[in-house]
Amino acid sequence: MNTLKPFFASSLGKKYVMAVTGILLFGFVVMHLLGNLQVFMGSEQINDYGHFLKSKPLLVWGARLGLLVVVLLHIWSAIRLTAENKAARPIGYGEYKAVGASYASRTMFMSGLIIAAFIVYHLLHYTALVPAVNLTGKDFGQLLDSKGHPDVYRMIVLGFSQVIVSVFYLIAMALLCLHLSHGLQSMFQSLGWKNRKYSGLISNFARLFSIVIFLGYASIPLAVLFGVLK
Amino acid sequence: MKLDPKIPSGPIEKKWDKARLDLKLVNPANKRKFEIIVVGSGLAGASASATLAELGYSVKCFCYQDSPRRAHSIAAQGGINAAKNYQNDGDSVYRLFYDTIKGGDFRAREANVYRLAQVSVNIIDQCVAQGVPFAREYSGYLANRSFGGAQVSRTFYARGQTGQQLLLGAYQALERQIGQGKVKMYPRTEMLDLVLVDGHAKGILVRDLVTGEVTSHSADAVVLATGGYSNVFYLSTNARGCNVTAIWRAYKRGAAMANPCYTQIHPTCIPVSGEHQSKLTLMSESLRNDGRVWVPKQRGDKRPSHEIPESERDYFLERKYPSYGNLAPRDISSRAAKEACDDGRGVGPGGLGVYLDFSDAIKRLGVKTIRERYDNLFAMYQTITGESAYETPMRIYPAVHYTMGGLWVDYNLMSNIPGLFVLGEANFSDHGANRLGASALMQGLADGYFVLPYTIGHYFASNKIARPATSHTEFKRVEEEVKQRVSKLLSIKGKRTVTSFHRELGKLMWNNCGMARSEQSLNENLRRIPELQEEFWKNVVVPGEGSDFNQSLEHAGRVADFLEFGELLCRDALERRESCGGHFRVEYQTEDGEALRNDEEYSYVAAWEYQGPGKTPIMHKEPLVYEELKMTQRSYK
Amino acid sequence: MNLTLKVWRQKNPSTRGEFVTYEARDIIPDMSFLEMLDVVNEGLIARGDEPIAFDSDCREGICGMCSLVINGIPHGGQKGTATCQLHMRHFRDGQTITIEPWRAKAFPLIKDLVTNRGAFDRIIAAGGYISAATGGVPDANAIPVPKPDQEKAMDAAACIACGACVAACKNASAMLFVAAKASHLGLLPQGKPEHDQRVRGMVAQMDAEGFGNCTVTGSCEAVCPKEISLDFIAKLNRDYFKSLLKNE
Ligand SMILES: Cc1cc2nc3c(=O)[nH]c(=O)nc-3n(C[C@H](O)[C@H](O)[C@H](O)COP(=O)(O)OP(=O)(O)OC[C@H]3O[C@@H](n4cnc5c(N)ncnc54)[C@H](O)[C@@H]3O)c2cc1C
Ligand code: HEM
Ligand code: HEM
Ligand code: SF4
Ligand code: F3S
Ligand code: FES
Repeated sequence: MNTLKPFFASSLGKKYVMAVTGILLFGFVVMHLLGNLQVFMGSEQINDYGHFLKSKPLLVWGARLGLLVVVLLHIWSAIRLTAENKAARPIGYGEYKAVGASYASRTMFMSGLIIAAFIVYHLLHYTALVPAVNLTGKDFGQLLDSKGHPDVYRMIVLGFSQVIVSVFYLIAMALLCLHLSHGLQSMFQSLGWKNRKYSGLISNFARLFSIVIFLGYASIPLAVLFGVLK
Repeated sequence: MKLDPKIPSGPIEKKWDKARLDLKLVNPANKRKFEIIVVGSGLAGASASATLAELGYSVKCFCYQDSPRRAHSIAAQGGINAAKNYQNDGDSVYRLFYDTIKGGDFRAREANVYRLAQVSVNIIDQCVAQGVPFAREYSGYLANRSFGGAQVSRTFYARGQTGQQLLLGAYQALERQIGQGKVKMYPRTEMLDLVLVDGHAKGILVRDLVTGEVTSHSADAVVLATGGYSNVFYLSTNARGCNVTAIWRAYKRGAAMANPCYTQIHPTCIPVSGEHQSKLTLMSESLRNDGRVWVPKQRGDKRPSHEIPESERDYFLERKYPSYGNLAPRDISSRAAKEACDDGRGVGPGGLGVYLDFSDAIKRLGVKTIRERYDNLFAMYQTITGESAYETPMRIYPAVHYTMGGLWVDYNLMSNIPGLFVLGEANFSDHGANRLGASALMQGLADGYFVLPYTIGHYFASNKIARPATSHTEFKRVEEEVKQRVSKLLSIKGKRTVTSFHRELGKLMWNNCGMARSEQSLNENLRRIPELQEEFWKNVVVPGEGSDFNQSLEHAGRVADFLEFGELLCRDALERRESCGGHFRVEYQTEDGEALRNDEEYSYVAAWEYQGPGKTPIMHKEPLVYEELKMTQRSYK
Repeated sequence: MNLTLKVWRQKNPSTRGEFVTYEARDIIPDMSFLEMLDVVNEGLIARGDEPIAFDSDCREGICGMCSLVINGIPHGGQKGTATCQLHMRHFRDGQTITIEPWRAKAFPLIKDLVTNRGAFDRIIAAGGYISAATGGVPDANAIPVPKPDQEKAMDAAACIACGACVAACKNASAMLFVAAKASHLGLLPQGKPEHDQRVRGMVAQMDAEGFGNCTVTGSCEAVCPKEISLDFIAKLNRDYFKSLLKNE
C-alpha cells in the first residue's frame, strides 16, 4: 500500500494512472474497432462474432468489469488533475497566448467528457438495447437472424440509418481522434519513454493512429448512410 | 586606529598551516550557541553561510534579491583559476601566487595571495563534488583554458556560465542548510546599518524591502559579503542593485576603507548605445583568445570595416605588446583602447569603440569551431546590438567591471572592528591594484569555504562577550537614525529623480576618475560631488511610502551612499600620486605611456578612517612588505 | 517610436488591481524592454506618481529576476530571450503592449508586476542539492564524467529559475524547472547516490507549493529563456517512477 499511495497522491502518480488507463482504453478501442469492422464481411460474420462473445459470459463480464474500472480510474484522475490545475492559477491573465500548446492538448478534458457522454449513450444504444434511444421506434432486442442469434448486422444498419444518431457518432469519433492525437504522445512523455530522438516518431505515430481509428469507426455509419451496408 | 595585518611568521608556504595551528577552536557542542549574521549570498556569502552552518553555527543570511541564487556572482562568464596544473604546462601554487601579485602590480599582500593560490586547488574539488558541471575533455577529465593574461591554462569553466554554476553549487549547499533549519534566509532584505556594542560588531539594521519594516538583528559576529561598488560609475557591468551601502555604513561606524581608488575597467564590453542605457554588458574576455583588436590607422575613418584594407588597420595591442598581443592584461588593453579613441580613431556611434575581429580566426579554424567556442556570446551580442559578429567585427569598449578596493581586513579577514568580517569583492585583500581574470570567483569561494570558517572560530574562542539583545540602547539608537534617514528621503519631495543624480555622478566618476585620472580632474570631482550631494538632499524626489515595496526608495538610499563614497574614491585617487594597475594617473607614466609605479613612497595600503559628517577622513598606511618577491616594473611587451 | 502600454497595477495583495494605460513616447529601437519601462517610470516619478514596480537585476539574462508577461507571453516570445534581453526593435511603432505579472497560486503577487518566487527556493531546499559538506571531498579528477553526460547536465543546469515556465503553463506547473534541476544533478555521477530521495523530495515539495500538473502542452519549453528541453520532464517522470518502485 505504502508504495501505491504516491501513485494516487502525487501529481506525477496521477499522470501514470492517466497514462496506463489511457493505453488500456486505447487497446480496447482498437480491438473493438477490429470487431466492428467485421460488419463489412457480411451479417453472417459479425453476428457469429456477436454470438461468440455472448457465449463466453465469463470473458465478457471480466472484460466489462476491467473496462469499467479502467474508465473510472481514467476519469477520476482526469477530474483530479484538471481541478488541481484550475486551482493552480486562481487569477487568470488579461491576455494569454498558450504558445507551443496544441489545440488537442488544451481540450483534453472537454473531448474526454464528451467521449464519456457518448459511451453512456452508446451503451444504452447497442449494449443495453434501450429502444427509446435508437429513434427507430424498433426494439433491437427483437432482431434475430436465421440462426436465431441477435442480428447485430441489422441492428447496426438500422441504428445508423438514423441520420442524427450517425452524426452524433461521427462527432464523438472526431473528438476521440482529437483526444488520442494528443493522448497517445502525452502518454509516452508521462511514462518517461519520450526523448528528442523519438519524439518526432511518437507524435507521428499518435497522429496516424488517431486518424486511422477515426476513419475505421466513421466508415461504418457512413457506409450505412451511403447505402454501402444495407 | 591601528592596522595589524596579523600575518603569520615563517616561510610563505608555511604561513597558512601555521595560522591554522595557532587559531583557537570552538568546541563543537558550543558552536550552535554562536549566531552569525552573513550579509550577502553571492559566492562569498553563500559558501560562508553554508560552511558555517555545516560546522554547527547558527546563521542568518541576508540578500536584497528575491532569492539567494540571484546574487551578481551569477553573471560571471569566463572561468575560475586554480593551480591544479592538470595540463602539466608548468603551473604551480607558486606561479599562480606570482602571477596574481604581478597582475596586481605589487600592491597586494603577499601572504593573503599565497594562501589564495594554495586553497584554489581545494575549491575545484569542492565544486565538482557539489555537481558543478565544469567543461570536460572526451576523456572525462576536466578541461582548462588560458585566460586574462596568463601563460598557462589554469582556468576552469562551465560554458559561458561559470559564475552561475559555481553560485548554484554554493546556493544548493546553502538551501540544504536552510532546509535543515541551520540557516535562516532573509531575501528581499537590505542591510542599512551596522551596530557596535563595546566596540565589537554585534548586529545590523535591515529594511524588509516588501513590507518596508525596519528591524534589528543581533549576533555574535557580522560577516559582510556584499560585493563590489562599480555602480558608483552608474554604468558598469554590475547588476542594477549592486551597491556600496553595506560597507559604506560599516565605514561610517569605524571600519577602515582600503584603496577605494583601485577599480578595474574591463576591455571587452558592448559599447554604450545612448542616454537611456541602464547597464553595460560584458563580453567574456575569452573572446580575446581568437579575436583581433584593431582600429583604422587614420583619424575619423568612417568607412565600414570590410572596406578598410589590412594595410590601413592598426592592430594596436599586437603592435604594442608583441608577446601578449590581444591577451594583454585588462588595465593595459583598456587604456590602449581609450587612447585609440581619444586619438579620434574609435569606431561606431560616437567613436567610442574598437573592433574585435574574428574573420582571421574563422578563416583559420572554420565557422564551426568558432560557433562551438563562442556561439552564446555572439548570440548575446546580436540580441543587444542586432549585428552578427560572424559577418562584421564586434565593436567593444571598456567598462567598469570590478573593484579591488573595499573594507580593510587582516589576514583573518577581520576588519579593524572586532567581530566584523569582510569577504569577497567587498574586502580589499587579494588583488592589489588590478585583478587577473578568473581570480575573483576563486577569491570569493576561498574566503567563504576555506578561510573564514577557520578564522571566525578564533574570534569567538578569544573574545567571550555575550550577544546583546536587540532591545539594547545601541540598537534602539541606530534604529532611530535609520528610520529618520528613510523618512528624510521621502519628505524632500523635490524635482529631480534619483536616477538623474546617479547618472550625473556616474558621468563625473567616469570622465574624471575613470581610466585616466589627473590632479586637476580629481580636484574637479572633489568640488563637484559635494555640490551634487547637497542638491540631492534638497531636490531629490522619492515617491511612495516607506511602509511599502518601494524601489525608488531603495535606489535613493543607495545613490545617497554612492554620492558620499564617490568623494572618498576620488580623494584616495588624488592621494595616490603614482600609477599602478587600474589606477592610472596621467602625471605618472613612462615615456611610452605605461603606468609608472613609485614603490619607494606608495607601496602601502591606504586605509581611510571616517571622521564624521563634513570632516575630511584620515588616511592610515599599512606598509606592504615583500619578503618573497621583489617588485619589478610590470612589462607585457 | 511611440507605444501604448496596458500595465497591471496593484498596490499590494490585499487591494484589487487593474490595467492602467500609459503612453511611452520617443522610444529608441536599441532600448531594451526594461529600459523602455525605465523611461516611462522616470516620467511618472517626475510627475510625483508611483513608478511601475517590476523585478530586474543583472539585465543580461542570467539572474532570472526579470519576469514580465508581455502581450500574453512570458518574456515576450523572442526565442531564448529573457525580458531584460528583449529589445524594442522587435515592436512596431504605435503598437499596444499589455504587461502582466507571472500568474500562479504558488507565486503570490507582491506589487504591480512583482511576485514572490520563494517556492522555487523551497523546492531546492527539499532535495535539489548534492550533500557534499565543505572539505573531505576527492580530487576533482578522481571522478571522470563522460563528456556527453556533462554536456547534458549543463543543458539542464542552464535554468535561471525565472519561473516563466510556470507563468506560461496553462496548468501553472513547475515541471520544467524541477525537471531541469533534478536532471542536472541526476545526470552526474556525483549526484547518483542521493538521486531517489532528491527526486521524491523535490516533487513532494512542488506539489505542496500548489503548482499544477503537467499535461504535456509544451508551452514551458516554448518560452524558456534558456530553452530547457521537455526531455527533462520525461526524464523526471521516469526517475520518479523508478524511485517509487524502490521506495521501501
Ligand atoms: C559581468 C561580470 C563578469 C565577471 N566574470 C568573472 C569571471 O569570469 N571570473 C572571475 O573570477 N570573476 C568574474 N567577475 C567578478 C566576480 O563575479 C565577482 O567579483 C564576484 O562574484 C563577487 O562575489 P561576491 O560574493 O563578493 O559578491 P556578489 O556575488 O555580488 O554578492 C553580493 C551579495 O550581497 C548582497 N547585498 C549587497 N548589498 C546588500 C545590502 N545592502 N543588504 C543586503 N544584501 C546585500 C546581494 O544581495 C548579494 O547576495 C565578473 C563580474 C561581473 C560583473
Ligand atoms: C475510450 C476513451 C478514452 C481513451 C482511449 C483515452 C485515452 C487517453 C490517453 C492515451 C491519454 C494520455 C495519458 C497521458 O497524458 O499520460 C488520455 C489522457 C486524458 N484523458 Fe483520456 N481517454 C479516453 C477517455 C477519456 C474520458 C472519458 C475522459 C473524461 C474526462 C478523458 C480525459 C482525459 C484527460 C483529462 C487526460 C489528460 C491529458 C494529459 O494528461 O495529457 N479521457 N486519455
Ligand atoms: C461506429 C462505431 C461503433 C460501433 C458500430 C460500435 C458497435 C458496438 C456494438 C454492436 C456493441 C455491442 C457489443 C455487445 O454488446 O456485445 C458495442 C459495445 C460497446 N462499445 Fe461500441 N461501437 C462503436 C464505437 C465505439 C467507441 C468509439 C467506443 C469507445 C470510445 C465504444 C465503446 C463500446 C463499449 C465500452 C461497449 C460495451 C462493450 C461490452 O458490452 O462489453 N464503441 N459497440
Ligand atoms: S526552466 Fe526555463 S523558464 Fe523555467 S525557470 Fe528555468 S529558465 Fe525559467
Ligand atoms: S507547459 Fe505545462 S503542461 Fe507540462 S509541458 Fe510544460 S509543464
Ligand atoms: S534581469 Fe537578470 S535575467 Fe533579466
